[in-house]
Amino acid sequence: MADLWRLIGKRLLLGLLTLFAVSVLVFIGTELLPGDLAEVILGQSATPEAVAAIRAKLNLGDPAIVRYWRWFSGVLVGDFGNSLASGRPIVTVLLPRLQATLFLAATAAVIAVPLAIGLGLLSALWRDRTFDKTTSAATLAAISMPEFFIGYLLVYVFAVQLGWFPAISRISPSAGFGQKLWAIALPALTLTLVTTGHMMRMTRAAVVQVLSAPYIEMAELKGTPRRAIIFRHALPNAIGPIANVVVLNLAFLVVGVILVEVVFVYPGMGQLMVDAVSKRDIPLIQACAIVFAITYVGLNMLADIVSILANPRLRHPR
Amino acid sequence: MSAFSGYDRALRRGGLDRRGFGKLTAMLGAGAAIGAMLPGMARAQGEPKKGGTVAIGATGGATTDTLNPLLATASIHQLTSFMWGNCLVEYGTDGSAVPELAESWEPSPDAKTWRFNLRKGVTFHDGKELDAEDVIWTLNQSRGEDSQSGAAGIMTQVKDLRADGKHVVVVELEEGNADLPYLMTDYHLVIMQKDSDPASGIGTGGYKITEFDPGVRIFGERNENYFKTGRANLDSVEIVGIADPAARTAALQTGQIQIMERVDPKTVDLLSKMPGVTIHRAAGGGHYSMVMRCDTAPFDNNDFRLGLKYAANREDILAKILRGLGRVGNDQPIPVTDPFFATDLPQRTYDPDKAKFHMKKAGYGGEKIPFSTSDAPFAGAVDAAVLYQQHAAAAGINIDVIREPADGYWNDVWMKKPFCFTFWGGRPTADMMMSIAYHSKAAWNESYWFRPEFDKLLVQARAELDRPKRAQMYAELQRMINEDGGELIPMFNDFVDATTAGVQNFELTPQLGLCGMRAPERVWLDG
Repeated sequence: MADLWRLIGKRLLLGLLTLFAVSVLVFIGTELLPGDLAEVILGQSATPEAVAAIRAKLNLGDPAIVRYWRWFSGVLVGDFGNSLASGRPIVTVLLPRLQATLFLAATAAVIAVPLAIGLGLLSALWRDRTFDKTTSAATLAAISMPEFFIGYLLVYVFAVQLGWFPAISRISPSAGFGQKLWAIALPALTLTLVTTGHMMRMTRAAVVQVLSAPYIEMAELKGTPRRAIIFRHALPNAIGPIANVVVLNLAFLVVGVILVEVVFVYPGMGQLMVDAVSKRDIPLIQACAIVFAITYVGLNMLADIVSILANPRLRHPR
Repeated sequence: MSAFSGYDRALRRGGLDRRGFGKLTAMLGAGAAIGAMLPGMARAQGEPKKGGTVAIGATGGATTDTLNPLLATASIHQLTSFMWGNCLVEYGTDGSAVPELAESWEPSPDAKTWRFNLRKGVTFHDGKELDAEDVIWTLNQSRGEDSQSGAAGIMTQVKDLRADGKHVVVVELEEGNADLPYLMTDYHLVIMQKDSDPASGIGTGGYKITEFDPGVRIFGERNENYFKTGRANLDSVEIVGIADPAARTAALQTGQIQIMERVDPKTVDLLSKMPGVTIHRAAGGGHYSMVMRCDTAPFDNNDFRLGLKYAANREDILAKILRGLGRVGNDQPIPVTDPFFATDLPQRTYDPDKAKFHMKKAGYGGEKIPFSTSDAPFAGAVDAAVLYQQHAAAAGINIDVIREPADGYWNDVWMKKPFCFTFWGGRPTADMMMSIAYHSKAAWNESYWFRPEFDKLLVQARAELDRPKRAQMYAELQRMINEDGGELIPMFNDFVDATTAGVQNFELTPQLGLCGMRAPERVWLDG
């Protein structure tokens, strides 16, 4: 058990190290932007006096390492500074967007993950039968279509024709939980369709592979029921790859849904980052990048830990 | 000369940055426009009715938005500013300058000094009464080297601002300008309270902003003390930022919004067939131009330029690129909606024979003529260039369409290559448009067309207060550009908005979409 904790601790440390490296890269990235940051902010209307004023305000005269430390130490305590474009603290800009994104991602995940794993298991169980082939075809078709197209299709059917759900996900601040769920029904469904195929096929492949292992043959020979073979013997050994693909999709739900946000006019992180980039709002871009990095690193770490827990061989590396 | 370059610089600075403005107005479909409506369009009916709420789906919102009117660029900002505030002058539905916070104004005979008489008894949302000091403070926010205001450019012509009593503001200009009241309709010049925070959203307007979620949603409730009668009829107005045209259309179809900005030209026919939906369409000042550098051979020969001009089938380009949602151009930049549009200037038409004649006179022998284009100036510019290539081929002109990278188009192609596509958003006045791109000293004289007699007349016209005389001058200026200039202007674009049943008094104005961005205070609900 102590070994296990040491392993998890090691993973956590590695994760933090990765985040630190990411923060350096993010900072260097913005340093590498062509032109002086002050000139970038002012655009075409830059006068030398205005540039000097901005440079002084942002302490651009200091060496990069000093500025990096000033920024990084702020980030450590959750202070990302102020948005250049609106002057508001970045935390107040970012938090509502992050909440909205997490709410949508969680809703989609709650539908998609059990659905995908369930369908994957059933497909593995009934391999090459009609159910397997239908599910494969349907999910493949769904992931082959771009997400904005699926979004438009759903809007056409469920909003314009049937009128069951709203076409754009407008959420007023006073809306209750049920109303919020209703408002994001279509984007959540879109994301479900987009992610299910990937996770389902990975689940199926992992389970199918395990099912061809000799110990499964052994279990079959000794007469273990099919259900028990799948759930007791096959699934635990397939958890590693499944966890990885699930996590990949969860990360996608958080950082990669800009098109869905645009189609459904949903105020999430993707739109925030795009706005920040188009306005050259450097601190906001940095903050978004850090949040996305935390999401990726955190979720991947989770997948690693789950795989380690599920696989004794990884727990005792030789 | 020096006075002119000051003015030109003025136009260049601030919000009138060419690329930004062009892109923005293209996006908004802004520019001058007259309510040339589609058949069957419902006009305003009956008396204003109070009550109800309306949601407007508009473009251009971003997370980084603030309520500060000085920084306004996109239509969402303009709509919002006109919800909570007013200008000195309003752009009327007929293109006239209508008194707003200024109830009247009078210029000196040389149009250099203007007196604006303020309306009395107008109060801000917090109860403070409007006076001359508020107006001067507001206008000063757009002056000075370090002003971030989008109106900083036009305000550099102001030499001095002073109050004459509590209710008179005297504006003194560097040079005479008969268009000053029009410049006061600029949405950056929404009057704020002296020493207030420009982003407070407190003004004299018809709605008080009660909720501001940047780029997402802006909510306003009626100001019961509004000084205008029959305006701001709705109990509340919601503005929703919807960048995607398909999402805007779906929101209108499902009743989530009642007013939609910028209908997609591709779906306008389908949308107009929907029960209850009314399409509003108006001409704009935004125009597309094929620029020839008049200082570079062979474009320095006017016969060569005329040949190319006669070789364009404008109707065809308009029908295929804008799906008819525009007007044909006549190789000069003033739109039909402008009061100074030269009506008796003959429309140039597609005439391969004339084109051949002029090209032959210019000594053209069928060589390749490189024409640079890209989708940077506007979506469809590459297709339009290929269409033109076909038209010109019929006149024996060999156009070589060169697709340039969209990235860096304005730096590397525009004003560099001898023959290329460009786009201009409309300008509020004829003077501005010509000063910014046709005066010899203009930094954006993209056709390198230098005519001292044009420059002289342009400056004269600017200060001329006698309208018929002024109109004559502008007609002459347009003729000069049309006959001799380096711009082949095939078309102007329209802007197109839509409303659902029950929205009344949605009348487009000759400037900006959504009723001059004043739809919130103009419309009411009935039926």
